[in-house]
Amino acid sequence: MSLLVLVVDDESDVEMLFRQQFRRDLRAGRFTMDFAQSADRALQRISDAEGASLILILSDINMPGMSGLELLPKAKALRPDVPVIMITAYGDDQTKRKALEGGAETLLTKPIDFVALRNEIDSRVAVAGQ
Amino acid sequence: MREEANELTHMLKGNLEKVVQHGKRADSIVKNMLLHSREGSGERRPIDVNSLVEESLNLAYHGARAEKQGFKIRLEQDFDPAAGKVDLCPQEITRVLLNLISNGFYASMKRKAEVRDGYEPALVAATRSLGDRVEIRIRDNGGGIAAEVKDKMFNPFFTTKPPGEGTGLGLSISYDIIVKQHAGSIEVDTQPGEFTEFRGILPRAATASKAGGNR
Repeated sequence: MSLLVLVVDDESDVEMLFRQQFRRDLRAGRFTMDFAQSADRALQRISDAEGASLILILSDINMPGMSGLELLPKAKALRPDVPVIMITAYGDDQTKRKALEGGAETLLTKPIDFVALRNEIDSRVAVAGQ
Repeated sequence: MREEANELTHMLKGNLEKVVQHGKRADSIVKNMLLHSREGSGERRPIDVNSLVEESLNLAYHGARAEKQGFKIRLEQDFDPAAGKVDLCPQEITRVLLNLISNGFYASMKRKAEVRDGYEPALVAATRSLGDRVEIRIRDNGGGIAAEVKDKMFNPFFTTKPPGEGTGLGLSISYDIIVKQHAGSIEVDTQPGEFTEFRGILPRAATASKAGGNR
């Protein structure tokens, strides 16, 4: 069963960037990535993936409609077992505190440090693969 | 090996295009902010509201036509002859009107692209004297504004437009100009799938302003 990482960001170019950065992993089938351009669509994907191998959710915060911080508790309610990492341009203390209080694993700031992100993903892949 | 090289060059090409595209986006954000920071240099003077609204409407219309081929919209003016003059900073209020009108154009054109069946884009600009204040209304028959968007639409950088098409600064700056600079008010009435109407109210006398024009 393939492992799934869900990426939530209203910026459509994020998909291109992620597919590039992780192209070797994706090609090798280490995991797959799914992209949602709004929190609403993300919730849909999370419900659809019920029971499947969703191992990680990466979410932007500032998005039209439902924000990433509003998505967080809803995603956790649907899948308490799946860790959520917030990725945002706003790395101030207040945002960070809200994210962690809301149940996020951690908060990464943009521009994205892909080395750090890869470590996060790798550790989830390793756990899921056991 | 060759495959890898091909992939990389293809990727680099794509990335360069993205650099250009997002560079332009950053450029327009900076330009908008600069325009905004230059506020205050403009003097307030008594301005005929109807002429100002009419000029802005023409400017926005011709701007939109120059930018987009096949742009067509029915424009209506509903001006109160008693609207008279208001102490205002014409460059700033023109900016607000251009923002509101071009948003209206965008909404109507978007809806036209979606529905097609006999829909005619239309925009109404109206003025009304309220005694010591004057009301300006810009109403479009576009798709309206969803409730969750309405809450956030005056926030800086909030936009529903695709990346590259909007900076998310138009309404936030408009709010600052009307409310903070001119001590007026701005509110919106909308029905999703029907219309959007922005209503700005300006006091006639500059003395009513708390913030003044010298931030």
